[in-house]
Amino acid sequence: MNDFSLIFKITRTHLLSRKKQTSIAALGVTFGIGTFIIMMSFMTGLNGLLDGLILNRTPHIQIYNEIEPSEVQPIEMALPEQIHFVQSIKPVTNAAKIYNALPLMEELKRDKRVKGVTSQLSAKIFYAAGAIDLNGIATGIDIEEESRLYNISNYIPNGDYTGLIKEKNSIILGAGITKKLSLRIGDKIQLKNPQGGIFPMKIVAIYQSGLAEVDNMQSYVSRGTAQRLMGVGNNYITNINVKLNDVNQAPAFAKEMTRRFDVNAVDINTANAQFDTGTSIRNLITYAVSVTLLVVAGFGIYNILNMFIYEKMDDIAILKATGFSAGDVSKIFISQAILIGFFGGLLGLIFGFIVSWIISNTPFNTEALPTVDTYPINFNPGYYIFGMIFAMVSTFLAGYLPSRKAKKIDPVEIIRGK
Amino acid sequence: MSLLKTENINKYFRDPVMFHALKDVSFELQKGEFASIIGKSGCGKSTLLYILSTMDTDYEGNLYFNDELITNKSAEDLAKLRNEHIGFVFQFHYLLPEFSVLENVMFPGLKLGKKSREEVEHDAIEKLRLLEMGEQALKKANRLSGGQKQRVAIARALINNPSIIMGDEPTGNLDSKNSDNVFNIFKDLNESEDLSLLVVTHDMDFANRTHRIIQMGDGKIIG
Repeated sequence: MNDFSLIFKITRTHLLSRKKQTSIAALGVTFGIGTFIIMMSFMTGLNGLLDGLILNRTPHIQIYNEIEPSEVQPIEMALPEQIHFVQSIKPVTNAAKIYNALPLMEELKRDKRVKGVTSQLSAKIFYAAGAIDLNGIATGIDIEEESRLYNISNYIPNGDYTGLIKEKNSIILGAGITKKLSLRIGDKIQLKNPQGGIFPMKIVAIYQSGLAEVDNMQSYVSRGTAQRLMGVGNNYITNINVKLNDVNQAPAFAKEMTRRFDVNAVDINTANAQFDTGTSIRNLITYAVSVTLLVVAGFGIYNILNMFIYEKMDDIAILKATGFSAGDVSKIFISQAILIGFFGGLLGLIFGFIVSWIISNTPFNTEALPTVDTYPINFNPGYYIFGMIFAMVSTFLAGYLPSRKAKKIDPVEIIRGK
Repeated sequence: MSLLKTENINKYFRDPVMFHALKDVSFELQKGEFASIIGKSGCGKSTLLYILSTMDTDYEGNLYFNDELITNKSAEDLAKLRNEHIGFVFQFHYLLPEFSVLENVMFPGLKLGKKSREEVEHDAIEKLRLLEMGEQALKKANRLSGGQKQRVAIARALINNPSIIMGDEPTGNLDSKNSDNVFNIFKDLNESEDLSLLVVTHDMDFANRTHRIIQMGDGKIIG
């Protein structure tokens, strides 16, 4: 019989003959690792949901024409040497249109960094409701691209949004308006443009963003329909949205756009600076909470194992007196600690997974997120791997430190203490 | 031929105050001798025994075992020496409570690793029979009475056929019948197997029946 199996036998008997202490020590590990996994999965799941909420529906770069007065007035070009006073400068008409929008889009689509390009134009309209007309905006979009790039379909809980392509004069109506006018999918609604033209539209789907003021105004139509509502040609486009393959390239790409095409290009970081701050603070909180959890769990594990080993001081003295070396003694305690860490940690992973699974199946219904119906959980295997490593390392240390003391102590010091 | 020899052993306790526990102790124990150490409480007899047993290494002077200097040997080597050559019997029997009687006796033999598990088990049962404990072999150690535990501890001390058995008041906790028993066991072992014995005791009856009495007083051997 070799030393290893002898030591393992002593280890096993120590653990099994004190089932209560062993299970308490293992449960300490289990709960520490379990709560760490639950917290990380839940918090990063929620963060991911919130980030996705903004990031998925926001274009990485928005191109538009800012409505502003010309910087250089004609008189300055004519008489550059003179001092002149020009008052009440106004922007020129039709400035919202992007010049050469269609060739510009073709050019963007050829760029390898670009994942997709969509175009929009927004028409001011009125929803005819008997005697009163409700203010509104009908945005002309390419519904297939919008749903591919920005998941607009997540906000269309009812109806078939492809109806926008299939049927002429169809509309995806805001949920607020639908409710106000007591309409249903399949009904007709009349839109008026500011010039007084009347356009009957068929409702193919309902749009619900979760923001009441948007849902009370916003509707979507096809780009051609929007151009007809405004009475403009098919090259009239007010916004071009670009989605890149790598969101981190957005600021540089936006600058390049501005320089090359003489347009206003705003990147996502500039447009959502507040959101960025929110994300980094949420991440900071997540990490602070998980580090705290691990520190508390680590001390708990250390404490329990420490007591576990100090209770066995007599055994240490006997083993040493009968010829077991200091190394044997510390091997016994370290292997006990590691076994507790291994099984406690394994249970912790299972415990964490089960609770996470229950949370991920708990109903979570909110107006703001029509397509989310359960709490989000991030089942990242990295947390499980990290949790297991942490369990093993902390129990190893928790066994190693007292065992080092047990190693140094002369057996007589324990015997004499009796 | 001397089995154990000390030269000018000095031992100090520093805590809580400086205390000179052993003063220039020099003595020799021959092979096959059955000696007892007596003296008042606090005279240093247990302290001397612990040093002789190699369990206490914090002393000045030289300690020889089988004419070999073992002072300043590594803890690892001393553990090996104890395992192979020294059997120890304490006052409080000190068995591993969670293990069976048989396992307690077998452990030092398994640790020595010179014999197979089956041989060690056979030897252990043999030793337990010698001490009339064969029946209890599979009982848990904490289920035994004091006298029985002491006999198991002696069986454990014998498992590797040591050169010497050291006892620290091995009968201190036993009634007179059981201490007679222990004495007779020691005496038999001494006579039949030429085993050396060194026993610290308070029990004058016990001491008077040994070959040699070493009397200690105030940290010195006085007779």
